[in-house]
Amino acid sequence: MSGPIALEGPGGGRATGEVLYRETFEILGNDFEHGGVVATRIKAILRQLGFPTEAIRRLSIANFEAEMNVIMYAEEGTLELAVLPHGVRVTVDDRGPGIPDIDWAMQEGNSTATPEIRARGFGAGLGLPNIKRNSDEFVIESTVGVGTRLSYTVYVSGNAGA
Amino acid sequence: MQLRSIVALLDCEVISGHAVLDIEVPSCFAADLMSDVLAFSTPDSLLITGLTSVQSVHTAHVADCSGILFVSGKRPSPEALQLARDNSVPLLATHHSMADSCGILRQHGLPAASKA
Repeated sequence: MSGPIALEGPGGGRATGEVLYRETFEILGNDFEHGGVVATRIKAILRQLGFPTEAIRRLSIANFEAEMNVIMYAEEGTLELAVLPHGVRVTVDDRGPGIPDIDWAMQEGNSTATPEIRARGFGAGLGLPNIKRNSDEFVIESTVGVGTRLSYTVYVSGNAGA
Repeated sequence: MQLRSIVALLDCEVISGHAVLDIEVPSCFAADLMSDVLAFSTPDSLLITGLTSVQSVHTAHVADCSGILFVSGKRPSPEALQLARDNSVPLLATHHSMADSCGILRQHGLPAASKA
């Protein structure tokens, strides 16, 4: 996409209530070559919309972590960006093995990453806690053998991650 | 410390970002683990790393790093270089090791940046 962002574009605006802009990005499992493309694209969108630098940083970090999680652990997934009047809500759905023990996975340092993933600079067991740390609201649901859904929100006035 | 001073102190090659060598760098963060950068770095810090893939550039970009210093004579992949140019991320390279680079910069007053 290029050019100005229409705040009441397709799928957004009054027809869907409080969402001013919505866009969905597809992510492929094991596609390390493109890992980070979605987070970078969304950062550009939020800059164009005039979001504060600190809110953009927090959301960009959360998005990159979530994007890499789909690439590292799932077969495929989607990341939906929803721009709200006072923040941004992101929903990440993946089709994959799911997480058997969410409490365990949410503790820093716990990871099932392979050596290949670690060689790429990820898989230290910091991703999910870091998404939560940088979000003002965070929800995770997972079904083993089906997949995982993350939903997190960053408010313009929020101070998560500080 | 200006990026230009870092180039001089570490005898860096400027791979990209020649036009922004006057920017002020308040701190540095050294890691090969991008998860650490995303979790613990602070905005505007210089990322010091030996990881030369596109993920290092994506990480620096989303974490608002002021640039990347590749250590131990490593150079970015062509894809990483293009991504850095597309997103205006300055790239430097030095033959110094990560430890030596951090030590030299620290000795000259550049603090480490970490929320850990």
